[in-house]
Amino acid sequence: MTVDKKTVAKMAHLARIGVADGDLAPLTGELNNILGWVEQLSEVDTDDVAPMTSVVEMTLPMRDDVVTDGGKADDILKNAPQSDHGFFVVPKVIE
Amino acid sequence: MGALTELDIAGAIAAMDKGACSARELAAAHIAAMEGARPLNAFITETPEKALAMADAADAARARGAAGPLCGIPLAIKDLFCTDGVRTTAGSHILENFTPAYESTVSASLWHAGAVMLGKTNLDEFAMGSSNESSYFGPAINPWKAEGDDRERVPGGSSGGSTAAVAAGLAMAAIGTDTGGSIRQPAAFSGVVGLKPTYGRCSRWGVVAFASSLDHPGPITRTVMDAAIMLEAMAGFDWRDSTSVDVPATGFRAAVGGGVKGLKIGIPREFRIDGMAPEIEALWQTGIDWLRDAGATIVDISLPLTKYALPVYYIIAPAEASSNLARYDGVRYGLRDDGENLIDMYERSRAAGFGAEVRRRVLIGTYALSAGYYDAYYLKAQKVRGLIAGEFRAVFGDVDAILTPTAPSGAFALGEKSDDPIAMYLNDVFTVTADLAGIPAISVPAGKTADGLPLGLQVIGPAFDEAMVLRIGRVIEECAAFEGHPPAWWRQS
Repeated sequence: MTVDKKTVAKMAHLARIGVADGDLAPLTGELNNILGWVEQLSEVDTDDVAPMTSVVEMTLPMRDDVVTDGGKADDILKNAPQSDHGFFVVPKVIE
Repeated sequence: MGALTELDIAGAIAAMDKGACSARELAAAHIAAMEGARPLNAFITETPEKALAMADAADAARARGAAGPLCGIPLAIKDLFCTDGVRTTAGSHILENFTPAYESTVSASLWHAGAVMLGKTNLDEFAMGSSNESSYFGPAINPWKAEGDDRERVPGGSSGGSTAAVAAGLAMAAIGTDTGGSIRQPAAFSGVVGLKPTYGRCSRWGVVAFASSLDHPGPITRTVMDAAIMLEAMAGFDWRDSTSVDVPATGFRAAVGGGVKGLKIGIPREFRIDGMAPEIEALWQTGIDWLRDAGATIVDISLPLTKYALPVYYIIAPAEASSNLARYDGVRYGLRDDGENLIDMYERSRAAGFGAEVRRRVLIGTYALSAGYYDAYYLKAQKVRGLIAGEFRAVFGDVDAILTPTAPSGAFALGEKSDDPIAMYLNDVFTVTADLAGIPAISVPAGKTADGLPLGLQVIGPAFDEAMVLRIGRVIEECAAFEGHPPAWWRQS
């Protein structure tokens, strides 16, 4: 499978990364090189194979559903590019 | 006792225990080495005051008989581990000014054991790279140069700042992370020991996430014994990482001297790739001879799916990265570039904050996970990954461990491979399978190229048997007697 400029522009938008129009053509070439290279996986028969879902054999641990942490609003806001009155500030979303 | 910056952990502990030096003297010697080695660009952030304060605390603990297993040992921390109150960049512009208010579990365990932090080391941006050249802060430089060739060389990546720091005597040991080879390949390029433990051995909590099912924290050291000492301090169950495994993490030091008598060592024929450099092939044969002479049985084995490991990796890792890196949105932390509206702000912030390799991988990952392509790419890759892990499990029914080269070449010059992403990806051809299977693997310096650059051999073992790869690694270390001190061309007067 190959991608065209339009698909790359769509992926960039889905990934919320602005890509200048002039960058789309070289980026499309780079992505097609990688996609062409991974294409060889189609040679492997995986018809009755289950996808790997756990790297090592383990059961996910259970824990009580209780609050164990919190009260750290100041710490959490410390790295915010913009905050006000204990909130993150973003550009206006509702007109 | 030689120079303080040439000691290994075991030797430094012994020296401090008998009062031959203090933690403060060790820290001061390493701070001076670090500050004199800025041309290597191994550190993104140096923390000398913190190091001295921690060293004083270590000396006080030792004086009152409360020395932990790493009491007073000066370490470098890959700048992917969050450190409370110390800037943590992941080598990216987008986190250039991020200062965590918490400490990663692994680094906290090291401090609890008495270790001293020298600073945060350089890495490829978000650990995506095999040369350190994708760092926003410029590449770390390999302390080794080829004879008769003055070009600066890459230390490997992504943990290249950590391996350069240990090789150059700026830190006694370091920690890194390995997702496709990011501890072992730079360890081989820099002439140091790098250990990737079993997945789940060392907590990922507080480590900036790249590909969560592949990210493995681990130690980078001068000796195999030091790797065992570090692993005992770093490993252990952590309830904050849901994939952390609750199994005992002790006995690694005791295992190091076990030797290889009676062990069966597998040599996978599929690792003899086309166009393999003759000196890599020769080193591998030398390693086989060492282990046979030390009493191991050498067994020819087959891992037929080896050649598919890198393509599997370059679907799964970008897919997980595209999801993990969604958090850098200019709202909660990190770089923000204001736009006309919220979406525009996201797109501008991420365009300005991510470098070319990160952008490439996020887009590949977004594509692999997008509607209509998920089955063909991500699901297919996870199926082949399961088959690769199964091949290893089957082989470990017959052999105790596997011996391979660590990397297909010695360190290359800066810029030599930066134009071709796939040529760069091939650096991980021998390391990536152990990440996909989640099994332990160590790289030990074992020889040099004809022009004097370090080369490593890799030992891969079954899940949770780090003890096995350590004891085999120790035999290679003894046989190789690698001369690990590059001339200090970088030192500033």
